[in-house]
Amino acid sequence: MARGMVIIGAGECGGRAALALRDLGYDSPVTLVGDEPHLPYERPPLSKEAMASDAPEIKAIASDALLAEKSIRHIHSVQAVAIDRAAHTVRLSDGSVLSYDKLLLATGSTPRKLPMPGLGARCVYLRTFADALAIRGHLSAGSRIAIIGGGFIGLELAATSRKLGASVTVIEAQPRILMRGVPAEIAEIIHQAHVAEGVDILCGDGIASVADDGNEVRVKLAGGREISADLAIIGIGAVPVTGLAAEAGLMIDNGIAVDAELRSSDPDIFAAGDCCSFPLAVYGGRRVRLEAWRNAQEQGALAAKNMLGAGEAHAAVPWFWSDQYGLSLQIAGLSDEGKSTVRRDLGDGAFILFHLAGDGRLVAASGIGPGNAVARDIRLAEMLIGKHARPAPEALGSQAVKLKSLLAA
Amino acid sequence: MSDWVEACAADDIDEEDVMRFDHGGRTFAIYRSPDDEYFATDGLCSHEKVHLADGLVMDDIIECPKHNGRFNYKTGAARGAPVCVNLKTYPVKVDAGKVLVQIR
Ligand SMILES: Cc1cc2nc3c(=O)[nH]c(=O)nc-3n(C[C@H](O)[C@H](O)[C@H](O)COP(=O)(O)OP(=O)(O)OC[C@H]3O[C@@H](n4cnc5c(N)ncnc54)[C@H](O)[C@@H]3O)c2cc1C
Ligand code: FES
Repeated sequence: MARGMVIIGAGECGGRAALALRDLGYDSPVTLVGDEPHLPYERPPLSKEAMASDAPEIKAIASDALLAEKSIRHIHSVQAVAIDRAAHTVRLSDGSVLSYDKLLLATGSTPRKLPMPGLGARCVYLRTFADALAIRGHLSAGSRIAIIGGGFIGLELAATSRKLGASVTVIEAQPRILMRGVPAEIAEIIHQAHVAEGVDILCGDGIASVADDGNEVRVKLAGGREISADLAIIGIGAVPVTGLAAEAGLMIDNGIAVDAELRSSDPDIFAAGDCCSFPLAVYGGRRVRLEAWRNAQEQGALAAKNMLGAGEAHAAVPWFWSDQYGLSLQIAGLSDEGKSTVRRDLGDGAFILFHLAGDGRLVAASGIGPGNAVARDIRLAEMLIGKHARPAPEALGSQAVKLKSLLAA
Repeated sequence: MSDWVEACAADDIDEEDVMRFDHGGRTFAIYRSPDDEYFATDGLCSHEKVHLADGLVMDDIIECPKHNGRFNYKTGAARGAPVCVNLKTYPVKVDAGKVLVQIR
């Protein structure tokens, strides 16, 4: 009798993988284990406008009814603590043991901790719905919020906090916000949007000390400035959750190392989503780890296929978006692959930067604008990137040339 | 019921493209397929109420501009995560160069 498939981590990736196994016709047991008390849910709303609501709700990926209909056993509030690879079993924190034919690790990532003394209960991180609710409780007119780290989560939270009337200071040690992965020209637009909304952004100054006395947090900067806040939210990146895999002796390389089919160094164990590093085919197999929602979805579905023996290699182009105020940013590909850029203006202040490699290949596209102004062209760019196209820079730069026509060429 | 409403001129929409149409406080998306047929669905994505007309049409699929959820615009069927709720579709006809939608 089949032991079935076990998935550790009931987030975006694990949830999608469980559903995909059933959609692919798999009919032996599927068990989804998660240490959070909730149904699998979407994390992106946790920092965005949806959190400004008086009673934020969880956006579940699958309802209890759907999981029941698909015979997916969801074990929540329980952690997987050890894998016995020889016996093909996983031990859980409640003492129970699950047997598997194939195991998927979809353990995600966790906020990077600020390595400093002085942090207390008013210094928080955001990853889970519980974290988001705790933060929401501090956001109101007049509350003082310090955001440590000018990355996406911090900036989205800054926008949400402003919407609720809180006063916000963003502290970024680098010379500008969004240093990682976002071109300076686009980061500047986002910076100006925050300034226009009354956010104080301090760049290029490191933190000298943090003191949390339970009533307020005082953040001292190396340059001498001191910021007092009711809450300090730390958003300085994320690290992959690899402890379980490492203890089981699986290869780790900036994440659980998997091959193009998302298989770890043990052929019966797969890993996908934020927790894994994998060879990105579109850039000749460069090993990357992505922290992106669509990637978690796509890899969950691909892992499910390959757990059933499809042997299909990952081929997608990375894609990411962020919303702040009325602005949306979308990025297809990884812009650090580019050597030069071409700008295409779309009207209403929206524009796209196309990133070209030395040989003229389109390798990434970064766009920003109101609403969904850049969405269609970013999607077309993504397809061009996937095709290794070398479009003429003049065509990319001219609004008169439809990107769709380049795709057909 | 003859509640046919004029949405646009037939050549307002390119082949394999989509246009937004607002009427009576509601919003719709009107599509022209690669084989030159016209279709209509609800205008907002069933995931987060975003205007589908900003999305990309490929064959008989409309892709949502926000998170790339997919629908078959001919049937309204949800075709790819994160969308799981189908779109309503509406009958469309072309008469004297005008696209008419039957809104119920
Ligand atoms: C606030 C926020 C905003 C975001 N916004 C965007 C955005 O705008 N655009 C975008 O592209 N991406 C965004 N992301 C990133 C996106 O949400 C992640 O890439 C995605 O959630 C990754 O999915 P995952 O399933 O790999 O990991 P996760 O969603 O982190 O799920 C992993 C789950 O596994 C559980 N787990 C870990 N170890 C164990 C164990 N041993 N036993 C049991 N359970 C375990 C964890 O608790 C967690 O529930 C955002 C993330 C956050 C936190
Ligand atoms: S709003 Fe359409 S896919 Fe999310």
